[in-house]
Amino acid sequence: MSAAERPTTGASGAGATATAGPPALVIDDLRLNFEVRGIQREAIRGVSIRIDEGESYGLVGESGCGKSTVAFAVMRYLARNARIVGGSIRLAGRDLLAMRESELRTLRQTALSMVYQNPGSSLNPSIRVGDQVSEAFQILGVDRAESERRAREMLAKVQISDPDRVMQRYPHQLSGGMQQRVVIAMALAKDPTLLIMDEPTTGLDATVEAEVLDLVSSLRREFRTSVLFISHNLGVVARVCDRVGVLYAGRMVEESPTDELFRNPRHPYTVGLLRCIPKWGSRKADGPLDTIPGFPPAVGAAIAACVFADRCGLVQDICRTTEPDLFDVGEDHRARCHFHDRAQDLPRAEPPAAGTGTGAGTAGSNEGAPAGADEEPLIRLESVNKTFRQEGHEIRALADISIVIRPGETLGLVGESGSGKTTLARTLLGITTPDGGSVVEFEGHPLPMKIAQRTPEQIRALQIVFQSPDSSLNRRHTVRRIVGRALTKLVGMRGEQRQERIYTLTRSVRLDRPALDARPAQLSGGLKQRVAIARAFAGDPRLVLCDEPTSALDVSVQAAILNLLVSLQREEKVAYLFISHDLGVVRYISDRIAVLYLGRVMEVGDADVVFGGPHHPYTEALLSAAPILEGERGPRIRLEGEVPSAASPPSGCVFHTRCPRFLGEICVNQEPPLAEAEPGHLMRCHIPIEELRAMQSKETPPTGSGDANGSGEPS
Amino acid sequence: MISRPRPEDVGTEAGVDPVLQAFGVEGQHDSGDGSRSTARRERFRLLLRSPTFIIGTLVVLFWIFCAIFGKQIAPYNYLGEPGSILHKLEPPSSQHWFGTDDLGRDVLSRVIVGSRGILVVALLATALGTVAGTAIGLATGYVGGWLDEVVSRILDAFLAIPVVILGVLALVALGPSSVTVILVIGFVFTPIIARTVRAAVLPEREQEYVAAAELRHERRSYVMFVEILPNVSGPILVEFTVRVGYAIFAIVTLTFLGFGIQPPAPDWGLQIASQYIYLSGHIWWPTLFPALAIASLVVAVNLVSDGLARVFER
Repeated sequence: MSAAERPTTGASGAGATATAGPPALVIDDLRLNFEVRGIQREAIRGVSIRIDEGESYGLVGESGCGKSTVAFAVMRYLARNARIVGGSIRLAGRDLLAMRESELRTLRQTALSMVYQNPGSSLNPSIRVGDQVSEAFQILGVDRAESERRAREMLAKVQISDPDRVMQRYPHQLSGGMQQRVVIAMALAKDPTLLIMDEPTTGLDATVEAEVLDLVSSLRREFRTSVLFISHNLGVVARVCDRVGVLYAGRMVEESPTDELFRNPRHPYTVGLLRCIPKWGSRKADGPLDTIPGFPPAVGAAIAACVFADRCGLVQDICRTTEPDLFDVGEDHRARCHFHDRAQDLPRAEPPAAGTGTGAGTAGSNEGAPAGADEEPLIRLESVNKTFRQEGHEIRALADISIVIRPGETLGLVGESGSGKTTLARTLLGITTPDGGSVVEFEGHPLPMKIAQRTPEQIRALQIVFQSPDSSLNRRHTVRRIVGRALTKLVGMRGEQRQERIYTLTRSVRLDRPALDARPAQLSGGLKQRVAIARAFAGDPRLVLCDEPTSALDVSVQAAILNLLVSLQREEKVAYLFISHDLGVVRYISDRIAVLYLGRVMEVGDADVVFGGPHHPYTEALLSAAPILEGERGPRIRLEGEVPSAASPPSGCVFHTRCPRFLGEICVNQEPPLAEAEPGHLMRCHIPIEELRAMQSKETPPTGSGDANGSGEPS
Repeated sequence: MISRPRPEDVGTEAGVDPVLQAFGVEGQHDSGDGSRSTARRERFRLLLRSPTFIIGTLVVLFWIFCAIFGKQIAPYNYLGEPGSILHKLEPPSSQHWFGTDDLGRDVLSRVIVGSRGILVVALLATALGTVAGTAIGLATGYVGGWLDEVVSRILDAFLAIPVVILGVLALVALGPSSVTVILVIGFVFTPIIARTVRAAVLPEREQEYVAAAELRHERRSYVMFVEILPNVSGPILVEFTVRVGYAIFAIVTLTFLGFGIQPPAPDWGLQIASQYIYLSGHIWWPTLFPALAIASLVVAVNLVSDGLARVFER
């Protein structure tokens, strides 16, 4: 779809020259400092961006590189200690930096819109949606009745099927995707010259994200709005943007049409970023992911020459003395690197598996194979149910879950929010007690449902790495204390012995000693997550639940953490239950996959089989929504509507209301059993597997692992 | 375990979100000049930049100094010099800067020495209320459930009783003394502080470090006092200083009514109580100066708590 919906490079270039109007946004050599305790710290070190009318421009980079600061500078909505010290920003030819406050206000009312990451907090919780959207029109001087009419129209345009009903609601009564549509409707109310979107889909499920991105693309065609799209997710940017700029340490390092950037990156940073993302179809057995060593320079750090020199594998003396120009390296393609012609020769920071790593690689591939298929399962769940009671409603969060987790394997758990992934994890941990009749076995013995009844061995054996280390690490405790306490409590270690173990443990997660006496706030996100991992491994666990452990991290850090998890698994023979919404990550790390929908297992099987197809229709829809970088896609399946409420799940097959392969009566009336469609591959669907195979092979290109691996390499 | 060093190990310094750093978010690492500043030091620096906090602290320190060394620095004996009765109710002069009272005692000396009683009683009373209130707040906030329901309702009931009435009743029953004042005020403050602490604990309970502790099967008391308490110490400290201000006020009120600290202590409230009858004769000095002392101390304590609140509750 991406190629079809996005104007090609040539077309966008031609379009830009054809339009007579001035470019929507021209940022010229913008320089911005933050004054921190009297010291000027450079945050934006000369950034130039040009967005033509109707163009969509993506700004990518890791956190702290200044993406959002650029956006706020365009809005002229900066922190009090921010100073624009150079350059200019022109919106449709008008100088933004010379404007007075009153002019700015008019401009923000009429020409500039911004959509933020969290739609829940950009809407006023105590005002009805209808009134909020109408207000956006009233500001433009439209009278009340008319504004309401237009609000309804606008909500329909953002594909809200029942605008009248939605207008009567309060924001919290809408789902995240719906809220973001409302925010977009408000942003478009003024028909803005420039629409700034700052990570607009980051908090949303992949299926909802895909819908919102489609919406942005189609609205852009309809309104001819120029878009500045900020995201850390390269896949998302690939889907909606014509051109992309890569920001690093407040400096534009590469700029190019989207396809060209992903096909032919010419800056080592871009090359590194693209390598960090698990290739579609790549597996842990194929070797570790590449990472970008080191950290981005801090805001205000003195940088003599090339901003990326300290982390660059191609660095030469000249990189530390002379800053490279933004070289023209192709049609509309610029890269700020002395060695842009060799950027793709960037040496890997991680040795590939097959090469120097001798034993490591082969050990990994052994692990990846379903060798333990006949082994006694580590965890066995048999018809596990969990019903929450809420104001008389019964909400069935888990329905008849039967899964096994084998020793040393990774079971990936995927599904939209509300599918019961977290409830399942909490049940295993003993925080949530399942309904009577549920069977949870650990190494063949029943596992008590409440943590207080579990033996120390059982407590030690099941640990978790939470999503956000900011929340899971006590911010008042030092790393030494956090890890040490786990050792004391789980293994009963004290004194000298404990100190030694702290050192080995933190070394194994690649934390160095000075970090031990730091508090979490002094560490970067990746280092914090390493502390959390060290804590989980303190008691030599048999199963570690990973609840979206990398979703809060930058891609380069994510790659390092995934590598760490894989190597720990190899050494410690630990099993993972890996929850993630990023299917590329799940596929990379998992041996087997379970797909959950409304508390039910829809499909379970080996990762290659589940992702390779034939898929359950729901898995098929999830896969088709995932933003992936490379490779052609078949026609996308859109999941209509929202996940039904678990309080009143649909009759028959719970997925029938949204199923792209809906058969008819039988799906509405009869719930299909979770049956073995082929050996080791269980599916809950009325359609026979051979029919699914036929249907899906017609439209979807084969995404078998070997195949995608070969074609996925950027060459 | 692999101990191969990684390039990422080179530094523990983190890149910091420019916006966060620009806002001076607590504890963000100051990696620009490589110094390692803890959250605590950062707070301290912010406090020292706040003039209100500094002025408040200086005044409070002055009174603490008087409380410790009062008898040494007072120009006269606060109980009166031999023959001082002959100089009663003299207006301020070069000998007696604040004049003398109805027994001829030096008002300045009595104001200086009188700071001890009120400071000790106020601090002890507030400390008592803070300790009890913190324990109750932690328990109700963390454990929740029926315990929270029952205890919170009881606390609400106590909050409905006026302080002075309760104080007078208790002091009549127990007999007026400094100890009784401490107990009464500590008791009255407990539910107020418990409510503040409970409110601070509720969001902490949802943090995953609490879940992580529970997954290690930690005792409840460990989770409450070792995991959660350090994270709510800011609001507790602020509440403590606010309450010290109120405690001074309450003590003075009770003493003025005759239920608090008893004569012959040179307490400020007592001084006012025994001297205000002379106001009608335009003899203002034995009343005004202790009153000013009270005001300066209460205002100073509030300045301190204001400064703390700004740093802790951003």
